Amino acid sequence: MAADTEKAADLSQAMITEPVALADWLIVAPVAIPLVFAAFLLTVRHRTWLHAGVALVAFALTLAANAGLLARVLAEGPLAMTMGRWLPPFGISFVADPLGVALSLVGVLVAAVCAVFAVADIGTTGRRYGFYPFMLLMMAGVSGAFLTGDLFNLYVWFEVFLIASFGLLVLGCEHRQLDGALKYAILNLVGTTLFLTATALLYGTFGTLNMADVQSKAAELRDTAPLATLATLFLFAFAMKAAAFPLNFWLPASYHTPRIVVAALFGGILTKIGVYALLRVLVMLFEPERALLSDVIAWVAAATMVLGIMGALAQSDMRRVLGFVVISGVGIMLAGIALGTEAGLAGAIVYAVHSMLAMTALYLLAGVMNGVGGSYSVETLKGLYRGHPLLTAFALLLVLAAAGLPPASGLWPKVMLVQASLAAGAPWLAFAILATGILTTLALGRVFALTFWRSDGGDTAPAAPAEAAPVLRLGYASLAALMLPILALGLYPEPFINVAEAAAAVLVDPTGYVGAVFPERVQP
Amino acid sequence: METVLSVLVGLFFAAAIYLMLSKHIIRIMLGVVLFGNAVNLTLFTAGRVVSEVPPIIPEALPVPPELTANPLPQALILTAIVIAFSIFAFLMVLTFRAYQELGTDDAEGMRVAEPKDDAMPPLGY
Repeated sequence: MAADTEKAADLSQAMITEPVALADWLIVAPVAIPLVFAAFLLTVRHRTWLHAGVALVAFALTLAANAGLLARVLAEGPLAMTMGRWLPPFGISFVADPLGVALSLVGVLVAAVCAVFAVADIGTTGRRYGFYPFMLLMMAGVSGAFLTGDLFNLYVWFEVFLIASFGLLVLGCEHRQLDGALKYAILNLVGTTLFLTATALLYGTFGTLNMADVQSKAAELRDTAPLATLATLFLFAFAMKAAAFPLNFWLPASYHTPRIVVAALFGGILTKIGVYALLRVLVMLFEPERALLSDVIAWVAAATMVLGIMGALAQSDMRRVLGFVVISGVGIMLAGIALGTEAGLAGAIVYAVHSMLAMTALYLLAGVMNGVGGSYSVETLKGLYRGHPLLTAFALLLVLAAAGLPPASGLWPKVMLVQASLAAGAPWLAFAILATGILTTLALGRVFALTFWRSDGGDTAPAAPAEAAPVLRLGYASLAALMLPILALGLYPEPFINVAEAAAAVLVDPTGYVGAVFPERVQP
Repeated sequence: METVLSVLVGLFFAAAIYLMLSKHIIRIMLGVVLFGNAVNLTLFTAGRVVSEVPPIIPEALPVPPELTANPLPQALILTAIVIAFSIFAFLMVLTFRAYQELGTDDAEGMRVAEPKDDAMPPLGY
């Protein structure tokens, strides 16, 4: 032992010598909990009666971990934890800041509601094919992407949720699913590979992959290194993942093909990860380059929101209508990134929260409407109002939410973005956002009018098919669970806006973010 | 060495993009494989090709005695290869099943999910 101590180097320069505080393990809990439960469910794949209960427990725990983490981050500022005892930038860091944790919390909430809906919607066969493990693995990947502080690690989490989403997409193996999944899989793989290319070039330029390290080194490298090229490549790769025009064609080709609960999960969460990555990389790491590209991003944003919603006007399948509404929402978030002001970014973040909740609720609503009317087509569905007044109320509120009208959640983020556009001297962008609102009202209002108000000729309430009863009960429960935050955001938006402003402040001035990873670099 | 590798990376990217522009899925798949390898080579080149000496410090010294190879790009490439390989295996099965079920490997002929004669929504009640 004595000889060992003589030879032992001073480890404190390269390694973390103190054990991680117990409370700091919370930073990795939103990733670790779903991973552990997914692994457990894979070992009991054939005991399908276990799956739903175990998955719901896992989602409840993850939700609690996320809520606790958000409370801590809001109170103490960004928190960091570095893996494997190596000091950053050599160890991979996880950094919890208000943006990542808030989106992770809403994502897990949405997924938990989908897990409840799936209890009745996904039968024994779907469970044996691994619906719940795939869902938990996807959420682990999503939380990892939101919380990681390392670019290569971000790529790995992208691939984790991508692989899990392939499994969810082909669940059932119908013809149209194979068709949709093929296009989704190839185009998303190309998108993440482009992301990896950009990461490789960034590593060649910076010699580091740690985001906080990149952020602090970017200023001195700016004069000599081709950072604008890097930023453009990242924009291209993440815009593909976010389904921004003209890279959005994989989304309407695939999102209407899987089971409706899977579509709800994808439509709610996946495109927002692309938007999150744009916020993190373009706004926090490469702000001057983002300013250089802001005209391009603004045009892409306007084209995405207007052309997206025009696509929705031309569809008669409700699921395809919703796919285009998802795309249009991405355009509105990109408008905030194009502006780049703190107000614009806060608007984009509130819109991301609204979009996660409202799009999932709209897809689940389509699922319930299919349950009571037996179809997704606005041609055949009619007169639902007579038998289902509660469903009609939900549907009307969700149409208002997506269109950005009071009293639902879409209003405030749009107000913030329109104000920010006018303040930044881009009135045409404000006009595009408002025009998109009108077109969304038209597209979804027509779906509502045709399916709920159009007379079906009878005058007594039609009875729902008996086997649909549990699906409907859980469907109403899930819709009600999502309506609560949607109405809260519409009627009392202040807490949401406060969190979004805290998140935007970290993006604009990442001193706190860098200080969480490298305490010695930030002078108090 | 870096120059030669850069040219090679360029050739890989060009060939991959050319193949992915095809409308036959099998050629797109070959393009995807080349694309993945092009990126791996980019990572390798971006980490600087300096030396064949393994980055191991002799027992008596605090730092390595000479310039050693950078181990990080190799770790990154290994990760990327594993991911690309597993996704590619899945994609091959998916392509084959799609070919079996849909009877074509022409991307333009795959219109099951988005039929050409999809009806427009009704214009009134």
